[in-house]
Amino acid sequence: MASLIQLLVSGLATGAIYALIAVGFTLLWQTSQTINFAQGEFVMLPAFFILAAMNWGAPFWLACLIGIALSIAFVGLVFKLIVVDPMLKHGVLPLVISTIALSLFLKEAVKDAYSSQAQPFPALVPSTDIHIFGAVISTQSVAVLAVAIATVVALNLLLNKTRLGRCMQATAQNPTLARILGIPVQRMVLYTFLINAVLVAIASILISPIYLAKFTNGETLGMAAFVAAIIGGFNQVRGAILGGIILGILDNLSAAYLSSQYRGAFPLIILIAVILLRPQGLLGRIEERTV
Amino acid sequence: MYRSGLLLAAVAASLGLAAPAFAQSTATTVYMPALLELSGSGAVSGTNFRDGMILAVEEINAKGGILGKKIDMPLLDTQSEAGIARSQVQKVLDNKPYIVLGPVFSGSVLTAMTLTQQAEIPELVGGEAAAITQKNNPYVFRTSFGQQFSMPKIANYMRDGVKAKTVSVLWVNNDFGKGGRDSFVKEMASRNIKVVADVSTEAGQADFSADVVKIKAANADAIFVYLNEEESARFLREAKKQGITTPLIGETTLLGQKVIDLAQGAANGVKGHVGLTVDAPIPAVKAFAERFKKRFNYVCDHNGIKGYTGIYFIKYVTEKIGKFDSKLFAETAHGITITPKQEPNILMEATWDKNGDIDRESFLGEVVDGKQKIVQVLPKLGK
Repeated sequence: MASLIQLLVSGLATGAIYALIAVGFTLLWQTSQTINFAQGEFVMLPAFFILAAMNWGAPFWLACLIGIALSIAFVGLVFKLIVVDPMLKHGVLPLVISTIALSLFLKEAVKDAYSSQAQPFPALVPSTDIHIFGAVISTQSVAVLAVAIATVVALNLLLNKTRLGRCMQATAQNPTLARILGIPVQRMVLYTFLINAVLVAIASILISPIYLAKFTNGETLGMAAFVAAIIGGFNQVRGAILGGIILGILDNLSAAYLSSQYRGAFPLIILIAVILLRPQGLLGRIEERTV
Repeated sequence: MYRSGLLLAAVAASLGLAAPAFAQSTATTVYMPALLELSGSGAVSGTNFRDGMILAVEEINAKGGILGKKIDMPLLDTQSEAGIARSQVQKVLDNKPYIVLGPVFSGSVLTAMTLTQQAEIPELVGGEAAAITQKNNPYVFRTSFGQQFSMPKIANYMRDGVKAKTVSVLWVNNDFGKGGRDSFVKEMASRNIKVVADVSTEAGQADFSADVVKIKAANADAIFVYLNEEESARFLREAKKQGITTPLIGETTLLGQKVIDLAQGAANGVKGHVGLTVDAPIPAVKAFAERFKKRFNYVCDHNGIKGYTGIYFIKYVTEKIGKFDSKLFAETAHGITITPKQEPNILMEATWDKNGDIDRESFLGEVVDGKQKIVQVLPKLGK
């Protein structure tokens, strides 16, 4: 029982980080039909912004703020202006290929500019233990979970309780109608890119103490978040959250109780099952198109 | 006819086909390409190995080279992938190298060494998997202990030092980890120590929470950890996070300075066997460590020493045979013992046996306050 609790908490913490990244996937898809295969590298990059800022003498909290700001500038604004806007008019496929190219560029650039070796990354809180029903829960896992939940709640409040959020949702659901209603569609699309940049930066701060900062981190994270988004539903934010959490817990439980060798296969089995039985994802909605 | 011959030679030369065949015997340099893990999951090992070799090559070239020839050591990145390592070995073999250096990852070594064997070119490798020297390949030479040499030492320590009756094993599922795990389990069985948890992990694995929970539940007297550098650090951080108090025992890598730095305090208390270390109580090793730090601005791990001493091994054997003859090198190097008196930069007396395995003194160590501390020097197995 104690082991199960530990695995669940740890899985939830990892799953919550996957969820943040997966939410970014779905936001970009809903507002601009961008399938961003550089999303994993977008998570990898802010950790190096933060480490660079710390090397320049900034304390960790300030370095995190600098990392988030640089993330907004580069993986939000610059990404949209330089990669998405010119490619989007040519269709989804050229844009997908562009993001794959961008992911390779970012990975190699970080390797050349910083190091090919993993770097230690500070944790948000010191490592102490909390004892619950015989299980030893790390404060770091709890902190990761708390920050991830707070971020998702804040995002939901923004999307559902503010005029800005409703405008963004309207843009995602029907950009033509949104434009007729006077919503500045292009600005709303830009905001989703900036929100995605903040989400990946927060995910980076949470995951890097566990993974260590390394230029290859994006490969695993990008794939995990992509699978999570498909399992949950690519066109629903809450679907991406559910998908991320399922993936995190499944990974931990399968490694502990089934087989650590085949742990990587279980999420893919779930993915195949979802595609076969519920192609729109667990919480996704069916999109119909007239041809 | 003469002109067309010239044209053909020019085309062949431009494609890199003609000149390299004679490069070794005519050039003022000796071609010894290095294929290393400069990126990917083996980057820590590969870059340390590379820098150790670079330091040795710079020293040797500054003094006129080997037998009057400067060492030409181009670096190729295997990206820690066995397939890439094999294709790069194939590529460099076309240029008739004197010796091939690397790779470090056992999986890459096992894939690449059949090619060097076919070409009858010696290969100086950093891999530790037992299988490397069990394939009757007369052209492969180690720079560090094979697992069949290191595991008996760690097993003795488990029995006599830790006094463990039960043990958990955590290993990385590649050629290095599987070979080590198999050797370790065999040694445990011969000492009546029961393996109560046998947990495999993936190369490049980032999240060790489930593995730590499994190992913790097994409640063994000791935990033997046999992973690559970065995974070792991630495991140690997770083990600390989950409050593991069972003795964590490792073999060289787990006590390496890079792992200690990455683990950020979580490595304190780790104990184990260390094949090579800059903390060895040997003046020549300490002097090397200072030169390395001055040149590269970081503290090298055992792979740096492997690379450095490996180059001096080549220098010594080549000067002994008096010419650049790859086949004769391989014949002479088997059974050779090099002492620091004969070649000071070999750092410690070392013997290469008929299989290319190396034997030398080793150490028992412990991590104290973020530093590796050597507590005992172990003699050569052959003594």
